[in-house]
Amino acid sequence: MSKELIRLRNCSMAFDDEIVLNDINLYFNDQEFLTLLGPSGCGKTTTLRIIGGFLSPTSGDVIFDGVRINHIPPHKRKVNTIFQKYALFPHLNVYDNIAFGLRLAKTEIKDTNGRIRKAGLSKKEIDSRVMEMLEVVSLRGFENRSVTALSGGQQQRVAIARALVNRPKVLLLDEPLGALDMRLRKDMQNELKRIQQAMGITFIYVTHDQEEALAMSDTVVVMNEGRIQQIGTPEDIYNEPKNAFVADFIGESNIVDGIMHEDGIVEIFGRKFKCLDSGFAPMEPVDVVIRPEDVDIVSIKEGMLAGTVTNITFKGVHYDIIIDFKGFKWLIQTTDFCPVGSVIGIKIDPDGFHVMKKSQYSGMYGDYSSYSAEYDEIGDAEFDPESENAATEVDGYEN
Amino acid sequence: MKIKALSAPYILWMALFVAAPIVLITVYAFTTSSGEFTLNNFSRMGSYLPVFGRSFLLALIATVICLLLGYPLSYILSRESPRFQQIALMLIMLPMWMNYLLRTYAWLSILENTGLLNRLLSALHLPTLNIINTPSAVVLGMVYNFLPFMVLPIYSVITKIDRSLIEAAQDLGAPPANVFRRVIFPLSLPGVLSGITMVFVPAVSTFVISQLLGGSKSMLLGDLIEMQFLGTAYNPHLGSAIALVMMIIVLVCMLVMNRFGQGEEQAVIL
Repeated sequence: MSKELIRLRNCSMAFDDEIVLNDINLYFNDQEFLTLLGPSGCGKTTTLRIIGGFLSPTSGDVIFDGVRINHIPPHKRKVNTIFQKYALFPHLNVYDNIAFGLRLAKTEIKDTNGRIRKAGLSKKEIDSRVMEMLEVVSLRGFENRSVTALSGGQQQRVAIARALVNRPKVLLLDEPLGALDMRLRKDMQNELKRIQQAMGITFIYVTHDQEEALAMSDTVVVMNEGRIQQIGTPEDIYNEPKNAFVADFIGESNIVDGIMHEDGIVEIFGRKFKCLDSGFAPMEPVDVVIRPEDVDIVSIKEGMLAGTVTNITFKGVHYDIIIDFKGFKWLIQTTDFCPVGSVIGIKIDPDGFHVMKKSQYSGMYGDYSSYSAEYDEIGDAEFDPESENAATEVDGYEN
Repeated sequence: MKIKALSAPYILWMALFVAAPIVLITVYAFTTSSGEFTLNNFSRMGSYLPVFGRSFLLALIATVICLLLGYPLSYILSRESPRFQQIALMLIMLPMWMNYLLRTYAWLSILENTGLLNRLLSALHLPTLNIINTPSAVVLGMVYNFLPFMVLPIYSVITKIDRSLIEAAQDLGAPPANVFRRVIFPLSLPGVLSGITMVFVPAVSTFVISQLLGGSKSMLLGDLIEMQFLGTAYNPHLGSAIALVMMIIVLVCMLVMNRFGQGEEQAVIL
């Protein structure tokens, strides 16, 4: 499981002086499901294309199984890709699409004299492997269909089969579910995970969808502006974000300025709170993350802080409440209804605080003022499911 | 219906300039000069068989040469930088802005026995060529005049091939030659088919090129038809019959080709 398969060493990439990747160091283990996560333009697709062989890094090494492969063309790499828009061959039917790679494959066989020579796969072998793959992606009976006549989900399955039939060591997936609707997306997520585990192939998955990344991956690599921000398990990334960018990109976060008095004591809004973090210099300025679900609403007397509710939105399982604390707006998720204008107290347990060192992203994220303004405008209108999109848009990460 | 009303001018146009001439030609082809029904015009056509044969053969040769020149040109062009592509396309189209007759006359003065080409050859002490008034000169003229009609459709189809399809083929293990054979060529077939049509149809019915460059010996269908309407052998009824037969043969050729390229959408512009 933990055998290293691919390593990017000091990889940088520039297009016309524009630096897209900045000194990336990353390794990929055998049979791992690794996700490159980040907003568009963060360099995740470029990283994938370097591994696929479509780009050669401006500097740095690409190591595959211990061998430097910087200049090996894509057709000689033991890596297959599932492209963003599937890139199925429109002039071939489902069967021929899937068989494409097998018909080009050469295997070493011993002839009668015991010499090793290279030969193409037999028709029988190709046929049995294509049929087996059709079974895996549940497309049996579709072999003679034209790929242009398939639905998005079916095309996706053909793309998966076409790549996996070659039994690659690594499968690269470039936002493969981006074009599918919500339901289908969830189904395909499970399906991909199942296939990955069943076949024991390394998956390198590129997405800007943090939920997808958390749900599927063994390891998540968060990228921004051509740099790796954090590498870790989904739980690490969510619970222990390294900086304000990661905290904000993964899930919802309130991020406020704080001062770390000593281990276990952090000050925000001029008041000291107990926390579980340690390892900072005395009185070090820090960023403090408080996840919306870690805030409890209590009476003003019991509360550590008191604020005014400026907005409430019903989300199904919970309400999203925006609370104004002396001009700083927080997002809180709660099952209690609090009318707009009411003053409430809040309580945060020590494990609800996550303290981070200051970074270049400090002060850029984690304030819900604009979020709330967005809601004020539509506040009088009936609840509109579209507003969920509006909420993600204000974060500034359109696709 | 609003849409129908809007299409009225086009329907009128088609009726006047497409349907009516075909009807007239058909009527002419089956009548005598006094207006009686006859099949005589068709039975007389046997003597013109060599002209039919020559026309189709020369047009076919010219089309094949255009394809052999035009396909690689389009393919190479599509891989160049956008700037280069623009300039090259411009250069390919440029001659088309000049009068067709004028261009063909220019070839006449190049190919003549005492023309530019032969003067150059003799200046270099090389044997001179006798090209003018041969079928070769006609083919040359056709290729020169109709090459852009081969290049443009092929070029536009090749440039529209999704880059990710080529990458997908590479990704699946295809070396460059295989990428071309298995992906680029099959996907460019619709362009090839329309290119063939757009070269073959005007080539088979041309008359200026053959008159100027081919001399009297290589009379083509176009010349024959022209003669029946404007020339000494004035007989529009026979001319119509020849035109009708030619049209039917061309149509059959196109249908066969369409069948050949089945599955390729938007294949041939008829």
